[in-house]
Amino acid sequence: MEELQKQIDELKAQMGGMDAKIASNKLSMIVFSGDLDKALAAFIIGTGAVAMGMEVVMFFTFWGTPILRAKDKKAKGKDPISQMFGAMLPKGGSKLKLSNMNMGGAGTAMMKSLMTKKNVASVEEMIEMAGELGVKIYVCEMSMDLMGFKPEEIIDYPGLTYCGVAKFLEEAVNSKVQLFI
Amino acid sequence: MSNDIKTDMTLDLKGLPCPMPVVKISQGIKKVEKGQVVEAITTDPGSLTDFPAWARINGHEIIETVQGDDEITFYIKRIV
Repeated sequence: MEELQKQIDELKAQMGGMDAKIASNKLSMIVFSGDLDKALAAFIIGTGAVAMGMEVVMFFTFWGTPILRAKDKKAKGKDPISQMFGAMLPKGGSKLKLSNMNMGGAGTAMMKSLMTKKNVASVEEMIEMAGELGVKIYVCEMSMDLMGFKPEEIIDYPGLTYCGVAKFLEEAVNSKVQLFI
Repeated sequence: MSNDIKTDMTLDLKGLPCPMPVVKISQGIKKVEKGQVVEAITTDPGSLTDFPAWARINGHEIIETVQGDDEITFYIKRIV
């Protein structure tokens, strides 16, 4: 009898911790790529996931970080290398290039005109919609630092937060779906 | 047959590509009461598989799907 009670207590203790271990209906996505096509895919999946009733968090790191640069903002006091990065990397969603068939910009221009013709939302429009739908955006602090980007040149996005890998992993552990794009 | 269905709201989603039809229906369904019916008209062929998937995951019921030449009309009952 005593043994049985012990087992029951053990089970109860295990059950108590269950809730915290069950992944919630959440999508955690790493946006590593800064290509037009991949950024578009990331936002289509992100906004679609909200429609499917999921909570969505997107982490922007490395080449994905410039997607969030504001085209009309500037940051002062940069060192020469940061300035070079700033000049060479796309300044926001409207400046991204295709990962394939860019053809010196001709392919990207053609794709963009096709997207307009077929009513496909641009990356900038998708970012705005993601904000309206409550998609959370986290930005890798180290990428910002490496590429010399400053918060004052990043878009105004509701609740945008700078973070490190631990924040992503905390979200990922508790998410049913994780993607790396 | 679709003429028999009483609808409480109509969503015109014509011309919208993925992911807009499901994004719009997920917002639109919240504007009617439980048990009420939304009529959603799309031109996106992908919505033929997307709308049933959306309804299954979110617990709503597609009462009827009418496929026209260029348009697809869904009658969706809000359940939850």
